[in-house]
Amino acid sequence: MISGKYRKITGSKATALGLVAASQKSGLQLIYGGYPITPASEILHELAGYKHLGVKAMQMEDEIAAISVAIGASYSGALGATGSSGPGLCLKSEAINLAVMAELPLIVCNIQRAGPSTGVPTGTEQADLLQMLFGRSGESPVPVLAASNSADCFETIYEACRIAIRYMTPVIFLSEGHIARGMEIWRIPNVSELPKIEVHFRTDPEGFAPYQRDPVTLARPWAVPGTAGLEHRIGGLEKDDTGNVSFEPENHEAMTRSRAEKVARIVQDIPPSEIFGEPLGQMLVIGWGGTCSTLRKAVENKQQAGASISHLHLRYLNPLPGDLEDILDRFDKVLIPELNMGQLLKIIRARYLVDASGLGKVQGQIFRVPEIEARIEEVLK
Amino acid sequence: MKSGYSATQNSQYSLLDCSASPLPESTKHDFESDQDIIWCPGCGNYSILTQIQHILPELGVPRENFVFVSGTGCSGRFPYYIDTYGFHTIHGRAPAIATGVKIAHPELSVWVITGDGDALAIGGNHFIHLMRRNLDINVLLFNNRIYGLTKGQCSPTSERGKVTKSTPMGSLEKPLNPISLALATGATFVARTLDQDPEHLQNIIEAAFQHKGTAFVEICQNCCTFNNHEFSQYTAEGTRLEHTVFLKHRKPLVFGNHRDKGIRLNGLRTEVVSLIAGRFSMADLMIHDQFSEDPTHAQILARMVETSGLPYPIGIFRSVEYPCYEELMNQQINDAKLQMIGVDLPVFREAL
Repeated sequence: MISGKYRKITGSKATALGLVAASQKSGLQLIYGGYPITPASEILHELAGYKHLGVKAMQMEDEIAAISVAIGASYSGALGATGSSGPGLCLKSEAINLAVMAELPLIVCNIQRAGPSTGVPTGTEQADLLQMLFGRSGESPVPVLAASNSADCFETIYEACRIAIRYMTPVIFLSEGHIARGMEIWRIPNVSELPKIEVHFRTDPEGFAPYQRDPVTLARPWAVPGTAGLEHRIGGLEKDDTGNVSFEPENHEAMTRSRAEKVARIVQDIPPSEIFGEPLGQMLVIGWGGTCSTLRKAVENKQQAGASISHLHLRYLNPLPGDLEDILDRFDKVLIPELNMGQLLKIIRARYLVDASGLGKVQGQIFRVPEIEARIEEVLK
Repeated sequence: MKSGYSATQNSQYSLLDCSASPLPESTKHDFESDQDIIWCPGCGNYSILTQIQHILPELGVPRENFVFVSGTGCSGRFPYYIDTYGFHTIHGRAPAIATGVKIAHPELSVWVITGDGDALAIGGNHFIHLMRRNLDINVLLFNNRIYGLTKGQCSPTSERGKVTKSTPMGSLEKPLNPISLALATGATFVARTLDQDPEHLQNIIEAAFQHKGTAFVEICQNCCTFNNHEFSQYTAEGTRLEHTVFLKHRKPLVFGNHRDKGIRLNGLRTEVVSLIAGRFSMADLMIHDQFSEDPTHAQILARMVETSGLPYPIGIFRSVEYPCYEELMNQQINDAKLQMIGVDLPVFREAL
């Protein structure tokens, strides 16, 4: 353990503090729109208590308004954030697409609960992954990051904020009911040790175009109301570099590909993957989100029993780490346990043409170590 | 320009010190964008756009501090035609998005451009809650009583029995009364004007701007393609004075080609009385009080459209002072910060 001051923290609190830290570090106002929903309400409660830090948290009239107020805040030059759970995310999807088209930084927290519709509100699950990746109309690329435990919510959402601002994009932060409610030991970081979050508001009217892209990140300039000489119009309609509406066929394709390429380029910011165990072997267990510690324990037990097995945890789910393809090549078998019916499994199989196996559980409950061990044995046979 | 419509004459731009360095003169031309307008020839929106472009240079706000936020529908294209900051958003959500813009930077002059479908159908929830919160935002609702962009379906303000593409045997629904709905939310400024009355339109828009708090303006707007002449009796020479009554603060409600009729309050019902028959005089008429704290007076005027034979009220129904949400929020933040003075920084640690 690194020396420092530690405390216990819930996922909800760590999420709220991660947002506050990103706001403080970037110098941006934090404006959070929320609507009561289990298990995401606690983030709203936490942020409503940080008025002394300048946080503006609003309980809005519905889920759509909650994300809309955040989009308006981002348009106006603040760090806009919203949070909900699956049913709320369904309602927010059109507004997420507005942020995709307007190319504004925005944080969308999805604290996953179990089941479709009202489902099992107090249950935990990881079944919204495909919805977060693909559940919007049109070609709609959105970065997705997932926290691995309660304490990790802080770092993961902080990273989500950094990416959102650097790439001018909405970012989805995935957590789970048991992470939000659960408690972990967390080392209180110093503000100085957190990664920099640089904000560049455009002020120079010379050569300004609202969708002129940065050559490295493909991000468009953030030109906020109140800046003289940069008056312009943007919106949900397809546009060209000027922000004005354009339905030209080639322009639509070029803009669609630019938006996709921008999100794909986030891969350049993803650190090298850390494999628990040998970098090659007979089996790689891949997981994401709140199953991390359970998978780690099961793999550790199997390693101690002599198995050639390693564990890889993914924080970045879109884009996936650039070294993932290489890593997959180095293992004979791949097992992907998830609290769903095989959603990351579908992605990995489709993208890398790997004959990976899965383990799905949808009981509103977390995995137990013996369940993982049993499936490892089965796949290794 | 005429002012004097509003209870509050103080500028809403406390953060902008306009007195120190006078703004360069701007003109209507400065507010015209380079975009081709796609509205149908003859659309009432042209007049509204022109009047707004006329009035903006006179409001004393730097051009870069204007933000126009729209939803979807024919009105949604409005921001593209005005050279300020503009955000064409999604159907019905403009009030919530504008709330975020205003919360982040209260010094901005934020305008919501919406329509009867956008504000009253798909966006009804945001519309009422914006007015309930009373942010200092101006909401201009272009009411043409039809869905124009989608080519002619009935809207929440279409009259019962209206034959449209989606109601071939006539609409079964009672129309919403936008003014009455706004008053019911506690809106602090509620007005109605007409696209075909440029002077009145400009005056009302200026009064809405001067009002501190959410200012709701219903603009009766002619859709010449799908609902032509919907408001003609209120705008055409010959009929307009007989079918409208212009609301003026502290003045009796008089109307008619020869100003020979008035509105009298009989219990809680409004009725038309003749001023020349000898039975009633000016002294018997309702006197308009736009500053009435109690919304009942304004609500009675708003409901006049639901009784046949009564003239259509045009003007400011209500204009009262009430604290703005964004100011109350900043006050809470300042109070919370004061309580934390002397606490060690970095500040976010203290949230632990």
